[in-house]
Amino acid sequence: MNRIINKAKLSEEVYMIRVEAPLIAQERRPGQFVILQLDSDFGERIPLTIADADSVEGSITLIFQVVGKTTHKLADLEEGEIIENLVGPLGKPTDIAKFGTVVCVGGGIGVAPLHPIAQGMKRAGNYLVTILGARQRDLVILEDRMKAVSDELIVCTDDGSYGRKALVTEPLKELCERATAPNLVVAIGPPIMMKFCAETTRPYGIHTVVSLNAIMMDGTGMCGGCRVTVGGKAMFTCVDGPEFDGHLVDFDGFMKRLGAYRKQEEDAHEQCHLDMAAQRKEAGQ
Amino acid sequence: MHTNNAILTWQRSEKKLGSEFHMSHKTRDQLRDEAGKILADLLNRKDPLKPKDRLAIPSQDMPAQDAVQRRSNMNEVALGFSAEQAQVEALRCIQCRNAPCVKGCPVRIDIPGFVHAAAEGDFKKSIDIIKASSLLPSVCGRVCPQEAQCQLECTVGKTLKDVDKAVGIGRIERFVADLERESGAASLPFIKPETGKKVAVVGSGPAGITAAADIRREGHAVTVFEAFHKPGGVMVYGIPEFRLPKKIVEAEANALKAMGVELVTNFVVGRTRKLKDLIDKDGFDAIFIGSGAGLPKFLNIPGEDFAGVLSANEFLTRSNLMKAYDREKADTPIINARKVAVLGGGNVAMDSARTAVRLGADEVHLVYRRTEAEMPARVEEVQHAKEEGVIFHLLQNAKRILGNDAHQVIGMECLKYELGEPDDSGRRRPVVIAGSEFVIDVDAVIVAIGNESNPLLKQTTPDLDTNKWGNIIADENGSTSLDRVYAGGDIVLGAATVILAMGQGRTAAAAINELLAQPHSVDPLVVASSTCLTGKVLL
Repeated sequence: MNRIINKAKLSEEVYMIRVEAPLIAQERRPGQFVILQLDSDFGERIPLTIADADSVEGSITLIFQVVGKTTHKLADLEEGEIIENLVGPLGKPTDIAKFGTVVCVGGGIGVAPLHPIAQGMKRAGNYLVTILGARQRDLVILEDRMKAVSDELIVCTDDGSYGRKALVTEPLKELCERATAPNLVVAIGPPIMMKFCAETTRPYGIHTVVSLNAIMMDGTGMCGGCRVTVGGKAMFTCVDGPEFDGHLVDFDGFMKRLGAYRKQEEDAHEQCHLDMAAQRKEAGQ
Repeated sequence: MHTNNAILTWQRSEKKLGSEFHMSHKTRDQLRDEAGKILADLLNRKDPLKPKDRLAIPSQDMPAQDAVQRRSNMNEVALGFSAEQAQVEALRCIQCRNAPCVKGCPVRIDIPGFVHAAAEGDFKKSIDIIKASSLLPSVCGRVCPQEAQCQLECTVGKTLKDVDKAVGIGRIERFVADLERESGAASLPFIKPETGKKVAVVGSGPAGITAAADIRREGHAVTVFEAFHKPGGVMVYGIPEFRLPKKIVEAEANALKAMGVELVTNFVVGRTRKLKDLIDKDGFDAIFIGSGAGLPKFLNIPGEDFAGVLSANEFLTRSNLMKAYDREKADTPIINARKVAVLGGGNVAMDSARTAVRLGADEVHLVYRRTEAEMPARVEEVQHAKEEGVIFHLLQNAKRILGNDAHQVIGMECLKYELGEPDDSGRRRPVVIAGSEFVIDVDAVIVAIGNESNPLLKQTTPDLDTNKWGNIIADENGSTSLDRVYAGGDIVLGAATVILAMGQGRTAAAAINELLAQPHSVDPLVVASSTCLTGKVLL
C-alpha cells in the first residue's frame, strides 16, 4: 500500500508520482483529491488532487509542486518507498455530463486535477477546448495528455517563451465571444487565475466551475479550516466542494485564509532546507 | 469599559479560586499520607463502620499538577489517587440499598459493587466489576461528567447536601483502571469460537470501540474503519493530552487489536468505499456507524471568515492529533496568538482555552452567553481553567469579529446578556441587553459552540434516513433505515459525551449480536460472490 511505483520530475519544482493505492484508484472520480502525511506522529496532512488513476494496476497519479516542507520531503522519496498515510478519494466528484462545448482552463499545477475532468468531459461527448497557462515554458505540464483529449488546445505563457504570450483569460474571452459560446467553463489553477477566469465569463453568463485548494486537515468536514464563503454562505471545501460556482466564490477572502500560516510554513520550509544541507554535508564527510 | 468587566470577572474567579485552590495545593504525597492515617484509623476500629462514621470520613481531593507549572506543559493535570486515597474514598460509600448512582450511569456499571471491592482493598475485583459493563474505565474515570451522572444521584452527596461531597466514583474508577493498565496485568476478555460472520464498524471513537469489542466477544470478525491516521476518534483529536494522555487511548486500541479486531486507518467509509458496498460487495454481515458529530458550528457573524478565526475542532486537532504544540518537531502549524477569545461553555471550550494557555497566549478569554451554573463543562475543568488564569466573561457573546485589511483578527465586538425565561433545554434563556456593545482586544477567536452532524455518509448513502439536524435516525436498538446497518454515539445523539456514546455502542452491539445469532441471516450467494477486498489489500 502507498508504495511509490514511479517518480518523474516534470520541471524544476514539479514532480509526478504514481502510487500504489488500489481502493482509491477504483473509487475515485474526476474532481476528487487525497490527503497524505509522511509521518504519523509529527507530519502534517496535505491535500493533493488526483491527476490520473489506473484501476487495473491499482495506482493513482499525483502531481505536486514543491512549495513547503512536506512537498519537499515528498519529492525526496524514491521509487519503492512508502507514503506513510494516504486517504481518499475525498470531496464531491465533478458533475460530468454532456453540456455541449466545454472549456477547461488549467494554470500551472492546476492542470493536474483538470486532466481527469477533461478526460471525463470528452468521454461524455462534449466539444472540448483546453487552455493551458504557465509562467514560462518549462512549467507547462501534461500538454500531451491534455492534447489527446481536447478538440482544441491553446497554450499560453506569461513570458511568451512558449505558445501565446498571454494570460489564460485572453483566449478565454475570445472563446466566450465565438458564435457557439461555451456551455461550461472549468477553471483550475492559482486562486487569482480562477478569480479572473470567473470575472471573464461573468458578463457572458457562462457557468464557471472552479476547484479550491483550501487549507485542510481531515478532509471529512470535521475541522472547518477549509471554509470559504460562497454566495454569502460559509461552505466547507472538503465536503461541499472542492468545486464551486466561480461566480459566487469570495476569492479575496479565500486568498487571505490561504495565507493564515504562511509565515510558519515559510520558516518550516527554510529550516527543512537547512536540515537537508546539514545532512548532505554530514553524509559527504 | 470592557477591560473593567474582564478584570471583575477575573477577580471573581481569583477569589473563588482562593478557597478551592489551597486544598488541591497539597502534593500527591501529602494527600497520600493523610489518607494513610485516616485509613489506619478506620481499619483499626473494632466495630464495623456505621453510615454515620462513613459520612464523617473527609472526601478525598484529587492531587493535581501545580497550576503555575502546568500552564507551560501538556502533561496530565489531575494526577490520580494513591491506593490509600482510593480506599478511603471508597469507604465513604454507605452502600445504600437502592443505589441511585447506578441509575445515573448511562452504562449501568455496578457502582456499589466496585466501590465496595475498592473499600476492601480488592482493586482487582473492583476493576473486574467495572469491566463487565464498561470497556474504557481509564477514559471514563477522567472525562465523564460524574457530577451530572452517578455522583449527582449519590446518597452521600445528598445527605451532606453538596454534590461535591458525593463519593468520588469517577476517581475510584480511574484509580483501579490505571492500576490494572500500569501493572500490565489487564486480562483479555473471553472470546467465543469464530462464527465466520463479519461486522464493519465505522469510526474508532468511544462508540465504535465499545461496539467492536462487544461484537468480537461473540466470536464475529470485526473490522474498524477510521478516517484519520490514528485510532481513537475524539479521544485523540479532541480531548487534550493534559486531560486524557494519549498512551491510555493507545492502550485501549491495542487491547482491541489483541482481541483480534482489525483496525484500518485512513479509510473514509462513504468515500474510500460506499457504505452499502461493505455489505453488497465486501461480505460484511452488519455495520455499526459511530462516526461522531464532527461538523463544527459557527455563529454566522461578520468576520468569522478571517484567518484568525477557527473552530475548536481545528484548533484542538492541530494541537492534539497533529502535535502542533510541539513547535520544534511538528510540521503542522498552529496559531501564535497573544490574546485569544474562546466562545462557548462546554468541555471543548475549556479544552481550547487551556490549550491556548499552554501554547503561550498572554491572555485567554472565555466568552459564554449564560452563567457558570448553566455551563455544560465538567466542574473540575472549569475550576482547572480558572486556576490556570483563563478569564471568564459570563453573560456575554460575540456580535462580530473585527479585522484589518489582511483579514487578521484585531478584536471582537461583544454584547452583554441577562437570563430570561427557561428555554427548551430547561436552562434560562440568555436575552441580549440592547446597546451593551463593547470590544475585547484579541487576535484569535476559537469557536467552541458545538457540532452539527457530518454530512459525508448521508451524501454518499442517500437511503440512510437522517433528521432535520442531519443526525442518523436510529431506534432504541440503534437500528437505522437500512437493513443490517446500526448507528450510535454523536452521529445519532448530536454532540454528547464519551459515556453516552459507549452506551449506544453497547446497545447496538447487542442488537447486532442478536441479528447474527439468527440462523440463515446471511444470503450464502452474496457471501460466496463477495471479493474479500478489504481483507486483501488492507492487511
